[in-house]
Amino acid sequence: MNIDSIHNGVVLDHIKAGKSMDIYKYLHLDELDCSVAIIKNVRSGRMGKKDIIKIDSPVEVDLDVLGYIDSNITVNIIRDGVRVEKKHLELPQKLVNIIHCKNPRCITTSESQLDAIFFLSNAETHTYRCAYCEAEESRKKF
Amino acid sequence: MARNLIDIVDLTVEEIDELIAVAEDIIENPVKYQDACAHKQLATLFFEPSTRTRLSFESAMLGLGGSVLGFSAASSSSTAKGETVGDTVRTVGCYADIIAMRHPKEGAPIAAAQVCDTPIINAGDGGHCHPTQTLTDLLTIHREKGRLDNFTVGFCGDLKFGRTVHSLVNALSRYEGINFVFISPVELKLPRYVKEEALKKKGIPYTQTTDLESVMSDLDILYMTRVQRERFFNEEDYMRLKDSYILNPEKLVNAKPDLSILHPLPRVNEITVDVDKDPRAAYWRQVANGKYIRMALILKLLGIEV
Repeated sequence: MNIDSIHNGVVLDHIKAGKSMDIYKYLHLDELDCSVAIIKNVRSGRMGKKDIIKIDSPVEVDLDVLGYIDSNITVNIIRDGVRVEKKHLELPQKLVNIIHCKNPRCITTSESQLDAIFFLSNAETHTYRCAYCEAEESRKKF
Repeated sequence: MARNLIDIVDLTVEEIDELIAVAEDIIENPVKYQDACAHKQLATLFFEPSTRTRLSFESAMLGLGGSVLGFSAASSSSTAKGETVGDTVRTVGCYADIIAMRHPKEGAPIAAAQVCDTPIINAGDGGHCHPTQTLTDLLTIHREKGRLDNFTVGFCGDLKFGRTVHSLVNALSRYEGINFVFISPVELKLPRYVKEEALKKKGIPYTQTTDLESVMSDLDILYMTRVQRERFFNEEDYMRLKDSYILNPEKLVNAKPDLSILHPLPRVNEITVDVDKDPRAAYWRQVANGKYIRMALILKLLGIEV
């Protein structure tokens, strides 16, 4: 199967096989006007199978969202048909409006205009803590 | 940017020691401080009912020669009209020099501090923090024991929702040689994040038990708490757990002669009235200390030196 190379844009590589549609949704790629290719179950030496997303436009990808969802994903920036940058992701130290506090006693549950802010509290367990009430949220299973 | 007190860890150990020293000086020399806050106004914004905390703040400000304004229930504020906590506090910040606020929602003072330039004191936010109670507790321990290090402290009752416990554990974990003993029903154990942050990360040992009498003779300080009805979503759970620990003179038979019994009050029945006569009962002295430490805190946040 052949997918055209992109000239100026972004390639998200090393997505866990079968999860590209979730990434598509989290990054709101459906709102883009450009071509977006989702390639599923590509053979990978390291991962066995993987998904790839190609975005044919130089969009700003929210690295915090990606890093939070799966920090193994690599982000390749393509300019004039050449990869000019390969970004490796890390778990973000701070999340703003990516996840929301589930503690019913938290002020953010009754005042929705507040930014939902979380800080990384344990990188090993991917645990974040609400900046308001300190309730912990573990990263959604991905 | 205004200096706030949202969580006890906003203060360094040195600042806490300094507040305790000022509070003890106020106790010794009240006249020296009686006009320190003349022409200053404290707003007490209590979105949730309280007797002790609100009145001790107001008494503290009046004792410093300042004046007070505010409300004592959300129903008598614009919250009833749907106003956000940020807008309410920002409005009051235009009238007052310093704000003490209590709110049932956890993190509400943080939301308020994001939009308000007036110093904010967290007077309790749900089951989260209650730093001025912690300062009161620390002043009481200091006055009872003459130090804030090297003792065994037992926390008994509702350690899950008891915000005073969380704050005091955090505060004491910064002093040397404290042994922590946590006594609670399994359902009301100290939350994992408090143990993780305050104790485990610093390598501080602690013991957990459900049996108060088995540890009584080890304790230098016993911090009793009430199982709070308002923290439960389920009345059945509250009824099942509310009488888990009731301290009475019989249970104190094996306690140390210099034990100090603290309680943030109000109590319901977890300490029987006949314990009040025991000289080891420090909780009424603790109430009085609350006013003096709040006086010291108001002075500090307003930047007033006497």
